[in-house]
Amino acid sequence: MQALLTESFLVSLLFGAVTAGLPLLLAGLGEQISEKAGVLNIGLEGMMLVGAYTGFVATYHTGSFWLGFLAGGAGGMSAALIVLLLCIRRGLNQIVIGISITLGAEGLTSLLHFVQFSRSYPRLAAAPVVVLPALGDIPILGKGLFSHSPLVYLTVILVATLTWVFRSTYFGLSLEAAGNTPAALDAAGVDVVRTRSCAVMCTGFLAGLGGAYMANVGAGIFVPFITSGAGVIGIVLAMLARGRPLMVMIGAALFGASLAMTTALQVAGIDIPTDVVQMLPFAVVMAVLVLFGRHSMLPPALGTPYVRGER
Amino acid sequence: MTDGSTFAGFQATLLRVLVPVALALIVGGLILLVLGKDPVGYYGYVLERSLLRWGGAQETLTRMAPLLLIAAGLIVAFRAGIWNLGGDGQFLLAAVASAALAPVFIGILPRGLTLVACMLVGSLVGALWSVIPAVLKARYGVNEIITTLMMSFLGTSLANVLIKLVLRDPDTTVPQTRSLPVDDRLPRLFGTTIHGGLVLAVLTVIVVHLMMTRTAFGLKLQVLGANRAAAVHAGFRVERLILAAFALSAALIGLAGAVEVLGVWGTVRADWNPALGLLVVPLVFLARFNGFAVIGFTLFFSALMVGGESAARRVGVPQHYVLVLVALLLLFLGIVEYLDQSRRKSGTP
Repeated sequence: MQALLTESFLVSLLFGAVTAGLPLLLAGLGEQISEKAGVLNIGLEGMMLVGAYTGFVATYHTGSFWLGFLAGGAGGMSAALIVLLLCIRRGLNQIVIGISITLGAEGLTSLLHFVQFSRSYPRLAAAPVVVLPALGDIPILGKGLFSHSPLVYLTVILVATLTWVFRSTYFGLSLEAAGNTPAALDAAGVDVVRTRSCAVMCTGFLAGLGGAYMANVGAGIFVPFITSGAGVIGIVLAMLARGRPLMVMIGAALFGASLAMTTALQVAGIDIPTDVVQMLPFAVVMAVLVLFGRHSMLPPALGTPYVRGER
Repeated sequence: MTDGSTFAGFQATLLRVLVPVALALIVGGLILLVLGKDPVGYYGYVLERSLLRWGGAQETLTRMAPLLLIAAGLIVAFRAGIWNLGGDGQFLLAAVASAALAPVFIGILPRGLTLVACMLVGSLVGALWSVIPAVLKARYGVNEIITTLMMSFLGTSLANVLIKLVLRDPDTTVPQTRSLPVDDRLPRLFGTTIHGGLVLAVLTVIVVHLMMTRTAFGLKLQVLGANRAAAVHAGFRVERLILAAFALSAALIGLAGAVEVLGVWGTVRADWNPALGLLVVPLVFLARFNGFAVIGFTLFFSALMVGGESAARRVGVPQHYVLVLVALLLLFLGIVEYLDQSRRKSGTP
């Protein structure tokens, strides 16, 4: 047990938790915006994957991580555009279109990657790190939590911003109404379709950003299927958070920590199947649901298209 | 209804299916063309490899068995308005359970009994893995998408843990369960490489289709799927119906896992996950929850998978390209259906 408390173990655990948790956080926040507005983005995984690919390619060719993040966000938005056009505008089934986005993104990104790189997987240079002043000097915590890509700090700011947006802005309340009683929002003179479209594009951007971070900063390479279920965890986080961004962050930290735990344990020389640790967060969440999940936690209009005058 | 209108209806349905398939193949071909590959050569190769060659055709038919059983499970759930998206966990745990028991049973039971017992165990394990989402949905209305997805993650990890820590065959280097000898697996059909699971799967899909459309139980599930409040007002025991639909759906998916192990692999390796649970969802939608149509789409998809895997080695198009085709197919199906609906709406005064 002594090995568990060494500095290198704790640093790699904390650092890994942030690195693994950030894509989940970004995707979860994105999904939360959509869900508030009554849109269920089962295609979140696909949006992340497209973002991971476009983000990687942009950084690979330009060497700029910021351009990579932007391209990742744009890639995610391009996948979200399908949801916007088919599900929000035309009212097609959100779950079916979502699954097809994920399947299509898996196929298309591996196809494009194969055409460009064949079977080689080029690695990017290490992503630049910003050490926060003062905080970065704290032993263990400094290296683990406060020496990361600037995107990490921006995302934490985003959590606070979103909390404020949801609670006290016109747009935030419109989102909430679009998910709860779209007809009332329509009656109040706000365009439901436009509100939901905005929400979905935000989701696409954040999910794509998360994917780009995952490929460029977390892994440093792009491999097909790199997101491997991160989008699904994002959906789970958003649904569990019941509309509170802070809860998404806590959930992402929990999942990130359990993902990082396996690598950290290997650093500490303890051999345990990764699967055991990866089960933990899901087991905890299911236990919480069984014990306390006594009421529905999703907006009533979730997943249903809004057609004016129809009940 | 006269014969003429039935025929017209059939024609319209056929058109609604064929147009998306054609559009998906064309747009998919254009993508290949843009990437500098030869679409005609690719499609030709896939068709020849998976259907026209006897060996390939047998592979295609064998591959259909688990897909059909999963589709049967999804038809039950979807018609009852239940989103069972946790197929992977149910499939894998059932596969592991039957793979673990088969070599033990074969020592004490005759072959036929062993196979039946293992399939029953597989179905039971699949059903058990859906109990928590089912109860949460029936009792407390907790959204089953999230719970089945989580149980699926848990199930795939648990399957690996079981293989690596508990059921591991000490004689192999790669962690896997003890394997069932080839002679003790599901019987092959008439000297082909196709195993009997295919017959079971086809029959199951048809029985499930008839059950959902022709029996009181099936119709109750359909009412539940259309409108839960209506089912409550009709006096159905909605909670029980939800539990039953969930259990049946997951049991069929579990059966798929058992059949795949007993018919093809004889063992489960650690980290093996064909991830068919979500892949079959589009097929079931394309077939509009119709069991007979599912058989056709499964054949189409199975051929694409078998041909696509081989094309990856021969023609230089990665096998995941098949996923692009499926996604395109779904998109076009949605669009065609939408256009069809709005045409009808504007047609009526």
